[in-house]
Formats: sequence, structure tokens, C-alpha cells
Amino acid sequence: MTESNRPEGTEPHDPHFDPAARHPERAERTIAVAFVIATVAGLALAVTYWLGGQTQAEGALLFVCLGGLGFGITLWGKALMAQGPFVQERENLIGSDEDKAAFKESFVRGEESFERRRFLLRLLFGGVGALGVALIFPIRSLGPSPGRTLFRTQWRKGTRMVRSDGSPVRISDLEVGGVLTVFPEGSVGSSDSQTLLLRPAPSPITTQPGREDWSPSGYLAFSKVCTHAGCPVGLYEHDRKQLLCPCHQSTFDVLQGCQPSFGPATRPLPQLQITVDENGFFRAVDDYTDPIGPGFWNRGRRKG
Amino acid sequence: MKSPTAAVSRWVDDRFAASRWVRTALNKIFPDHWSFMLGEIALYAFVVLVLTGIYLTFFFDPSLNKVIYKGSYAPLQGVEMSAAYRSTLDISFDVRAGLVMRQMHHWAAIIFIGAIVVHLARVFFTGAFRRPRELNWIVGVTLFILAFVNGFAGYSLPDDQLSGTGLRIAYSIILAIPLIGTWAASLVFGGEFPSEAIISRLYGIHILIVPAAIAILLVAHLGIMWHQKHTQFKIAGATENNVVGSPLWPSYAAKSVGLFFMVSAFVAGLGGLAQINPIWIYGPFVADRVSSASQPDWYMGWLEGALRIMPAWEVRAFGFEIPNPFFPGVLLPGITFGLLYAWPFLEQRFSKDRDPHNVLDRPRDRPLRTALGATALSFYFLLFLAGGTDVWAVILHASVNALVISFRVAVLALPPLVGVVTYYLCKELSGAGGGRRKPPAIVERSVDGGYEARPAPRPAGSPEPELAPEPLPETAGTTE
Repeated sequence: MTESNRPEGTEPHDPHFDPAARHPERAERTIAVAFVIATVAGLALAVTYWLGGQTQAEGALLFVCLGGLGFGITLWGKALMAQGPFVQERENLIGSDEDKAAFKESFVRGEESFERRRFLLRLLFGGVGALGVALIFPIRSLGPSPGRTLFRTQWRKGTRMVRSDGSPVRISDLEVGGVLTVFPEGSVGSSDSQTLLLRPAPSPITTQPGREDWSPSGYLAFSKVCTHAGCPVGLYEHDRKQLLCPCHQSTFDVLQGCQPSFGPATRPLPQLQITVDENGFFRAVDDYTDPIGPGFWNRGRRKG
Repeated sequence: MKSPTAAVSRWVDDRFAASRWVRTALNKIFPDHWSFMLGEIALYAFVVLVLTGIYLTFFFDPSLNKVIYKGSYAPLQGVEMSAAYRSTLDISFDVRAGLVMRQMHHWAAIIFIGAIVVHLARVFFTGAFRRPRELNWIVGVTLFILAFVNGFAGYSLPDDQLSGTGLRIAYSIILAIPLIGTWAASLVFGGEFPSEAIISRLYGIHILIVPAAIAILLVAHLGIMWHQKHTQFKIAGATENNVVGSPLWPSYAAKSVGLFFMVSAFVAGLGGLAQINPIWIYGPFVADRVSSASQPDWYMGWLEGALRIMPAWEVRAFGFEIPNPFFPGVLLPGITFGLLYAWPFLEQRFSKDRDPHNVLDRPRDRPLRTALGATALSFYFLLFLAGGTDVWAVILHASVNALVISFRVAVLALPPLVGVVTYYLCKELSGAGGGRRKPPAIVERSVDGGYEARPAPRPAGSPEPELAPEPLPETAGTTE
């Protein structure tokens, strides 16, 4: 082993080229076993795939095959190859003054041909600059102007309220304590229009002064989009009359107009004014009066 | 010389005169230390990511077109879903070896970023970022950010309930940026959330743009390391002007290739035996649904925690506002990565040490740097823990609110404490000699009570005494 590893011209007993293992034959045997195991596992992997595949078996056999190869090669490198220690000088990474001066000379020689035509150079910069500016514009194609979309949802005056299967919601549909996810008719699944219909009490509830008639028969409707980071506010704790957002645990107090009572949310869930039509179906009186969902810099500037 | 190797090398050499510089490369000395393998683990995890990722691209369909599932996973039969989600189900249940590849890909991503973070900590605590390696530190931090971004883009692709929730939060964070947020969110997502465009955009980013950037920067990262030569610890014979270790050919190459196979083996074992991201349990993304205990991949945990424990503050004036998620979601990562980029220069400024360094610090010998690093690590670790307040609440039978308040206090109070303790521990330890085990000695007490020590004789079969490092033997020919 040591003989064949040694480059020509070195002393035959230089211990730097000796294998690191005290018993190279033993290491050699271990490596051989590892490679045999890897071969067997590799063949078994092919057979497993051929027979239809099985995830756990594939992972385990691949582990054994790659692991056997990795173990064998590493042991070979560590135990049977020259470990030295060897030493090598580092070259100086700081350029010498002569080299710097020579570089400067070469560079200035080329630079002069630009310097002599300063006017052309300025025109060139102008052209490249104009191209650069022009190339920024296509970014605009990536998406529509945010415009008023963030201030509006699909709820309109008189829109009927439907479940996620499209069926309309009646005044008799919820027991006291019930909760239901509803959408404007024709926009089932709409992300920004998703609304929670809750019935915390059998009689009208005033969540804020001026909203005395917003809750027929104790039904309240709030935007389901969290005002913190936009997750659906999916958990209703009936005994505490609280809505909880499972993403970041913002808590909203239903009887207080869904004012945030804990967590990172800073604003209440907007309330949707609802009414009951002559057939007993719920309808929106209008769109939300406040923008729904998470905040943005000019949220307060343009009312919906 | 009749062997095929000799024939091929002769053919190449007669066209490129390659033998000179290849020989120099083969003889290049690499210092040995287990902690120098951390970056290699990241490198090899990236190789596994590319290989498994190529396989997945043959089957994944990055489209949000609505389809009805008719595959072999019975509980979702007949359910309406996106083509992206269906193709991920098909990879998991109907493509032979698909699930093991998919899970290997995900585990490799988790190990990739984990190895990057530990490698970064090693470089930080040993001062390997000091002159002349500031530029490679910057390349490394950029690789970290790219890995982070690509991890998020990757697990957002299947369009399952969990990843859709993550995208919803990402949209809200972009929306929260002052002045440009509304436009930026619309341009990134191609409209208001949930847009039709986002999955196909993320797909291009995930499989082409970011991996290409990572590959290019990896070459730069390794090329700079190769040119500047690796740092080393202060072992016997090591100085600022040399490298002590083993040559690239064959021992270092064998150990490194062996490590590649072992990293792949580990990923394969996890991919086959440890379930990860079971999207068939989460279901397809539906905008009005969400599940509790929605946790992102581990490397997003610190941001998740920061979003959760941020108090309900925001800035409002004249109808304008800086929304709450801006602070934990934009400002915190901005400061984090900004400080990482700036660190080598900040340290140079405050320590006035602008000399080149090739010998690494022991962390204990730089108490202030080590203490600051420990402070930062404990801060991010606490944020990471805070990302699971709902899960902790279930495990500890505690209220979520109490946990959130505890984390708000802990995140501010504990890291400085960790820093102070680390500082004094380092001061205490830096006096002690370190590193290698001391040679055994025989201590004798004389009749008049004095003690005398002498080295013990080497027991039979114990390792040879350390050899002094020597240059590789010179042979004829020129070197680079």
C-alpha cells in the first residue's frame, strides 16, 4: 500500500506518506464490506423500483447504498491515504507597488483614447442611460395598478348572501351561537369578500353608536380577512364571543364590533351592514364602509 | 504509459498544457478541521437539491387552472383543485419514486439552509470574515438570502392550504411597505391576492433564476476561497503565512467526495422514512380556510415569531400609515441582513484591526465578538420559538396570550443576559490552554513533600507522536 502511494524520488520511510490507520488491512476489509453492502443495496433499489416502488424501502436502500459508498470512500481517504501533515506557503495577496504602477500605466494608456473624445463619451453615456431608463418600464406590465381594488370588495347594495356551495342564507338558518362563512352571490370563494355571519344573541346587538339596525335578529357580519396579515379569521370562541386568527393569534371581540383585544392586529374587522329581504334572505346594504384586510400606506386617504 | 488515464491526460495536455496547473491544484494543501466541513455540507445539499429538483420538474405543473382530481389518493377524489396541487399529488402517489424524490428535495432544502446558518456562525465566531475575506463574506450572506428566498418560493409552489396561507402573509407584508407597498404587491403577484400569476412566476424564480444565481455565486465563493487559500486554526506548525493540512489529491478529495455521499445518504434516509410537508393532509388552497398550528419551514420561524409577538402598534398620521407587519416583516429582516453585510467593516472600524488574518480566532479569545454573536443568536432563537406559540400552548397547557407576553419580555431581556454571561465565560476560559489533550505525566512526591512531574512513557499501541508538517516533495517541472 505505502509503496504504491509514494511518489517517485521520496525516501522510502517518510512517515508523512504512511496510511493513518494503525492496521491498514483492517481498514481495507471494512471499506470492502461497505462497498459490497452499497452494491447490494443499489441492486435491491433497482429491483424495488422495478416491482412498483415503495417510498420507505427506496429511501432506506438509497440511504444504505449512498451511505456505504460515502463511508467507504471517507474511510479510504482518512485511513489509507497520506495525511501528512503537509505545509504550503501562502502567496502574498497584497499587490506590489511595481505591479500597481505597471497596471496603472497599462490602464491609463487605454483610458487616454476615451479621454481625448470626451464629447463622444458623454453621448455614449447618454445613450446607455436612455436605454437603462427605457428598460425599467416593462416592469409596469407585471401587474395592474392597485387603484381602488384594495378599497372595494364584491359586496354591493342588495347583494344576496350565499354559502360556499352557492345556496342563499335565510334568517332562520343559524342557531344562537352559530357561525357561517358567506360570500356575495356570484362571487363564491372570493378572497377579499369572504365574510363571517355570526349570531351571538337572539336579538339585535349594537356594536357601535349608529349601527343599531346593522344586526337583524342578532346576526352580525364581519370581514373574515384579518386586519393584521390577511389570514382568514377562522376560529370562533363562542363562550368568550371572540374571533381568533390562527396565523398570528390576533383576537377580536365580537360584541365590541370586532375590536382587536389581543395580538398584533391594530384595527377591528370591518362590519358589513346586512338586512333581511321579504323572502327571509340576507342581503348586504352596501359594500364595506372601511377597506378590509391588512393595512397599506394610504389606506386612510381614499374612502371606499 | 498504456493506461487509459495516462492516454486521456496526455491527449488533454497536448492541447491545453494542463499538467502544470492541474498538478499545482492536486498538490494544494487544505487544512483539516471538522468545522470546515459545514460549508461543504451546504454545497452538497445544494447538489442534491439540483438533482432531485430536476426530477420533480418533469412532473410538476405550475398552473392554477382548475381541475377535478381523479388520481389514486381516495380522500381527495372528485375535489376541485389547481393543476399545481394535482401534479404534486401525482408526484406523491402516482409517479414511481416521486414521493421519495419530493421529500428528499424538501429535506435537502432544510439541511441546506441549516448548514448555511451553522457555517455562517462558524465563520463569524472564528473571525474568518476578516481581511482579506470580507468580499467572500458578502458573497456568503447573499447566498444565504438566496437560499432563504428559494426555500420559501419552493414550498409555496404546490398550492396547498399551508403554502397558500404563507403567500397570503407574504402579500400582506409587501403591501405594508410605505409608499410603494400597494404597487409592489400588485407587481409581484400580478394583481390582488390571490392572483392567477403567482405560482408560475414563483416557478421560474424557483427553478431557474435563483438556482442560477446560487450556482454563479457558489463558484465565486469557492473560487475566492481557492485563490485566497483556506483559513486555519493555530495548530502545530501553522502560521499566518502557510497552510498546514492534507493535499487535495488524493486524501482531501476522497474525504470530500465521501462527505457528498454521506450527505446524500442522510437526505435519502430522511426522504424515505421521515414524512415532510404532507400536502394531501392540508388540502388544496381555499381562500377562506386556514388551519391552526400553521407553521412555516424552520428558517422562516424567526419572522413568524416576530409577526406574532409584535405588539399592536403602527404609525398613523394625516391619513397615512405604516402598518404593523412592516416592522417585523420588512424592517427586522432588513436590519438583520444589513448588519450581516456590514459586520466585517463594523468590526474593522471599532477594533481598528485592518491587518490580513489567515489564522482563526478561538471564540473565547474574542470575548466581545463572541458575546455579541451569542446575543444575536439567542435573540433569533427566541423569535423562532415564539413562532410556535399556539403549539407551545397545547404542549404546556398554557394560554397563548400568556405565552405571547412572556416571549415579548424574553426576546428583549434574555439576549443581553446571554451576552453578558458569554462575555465573562470567554474571559474566564481564554486564560486556559486549549485544543489538544495534554500528554500524560507522572507526578512524584518526594520524601520532604515536594512534587515533581515528568512525561509518562508512551504506552504500547498509543498513537505516534505528531509529525512536524513538511512541504510535499519537489519534483521536476514548473509550478504555478
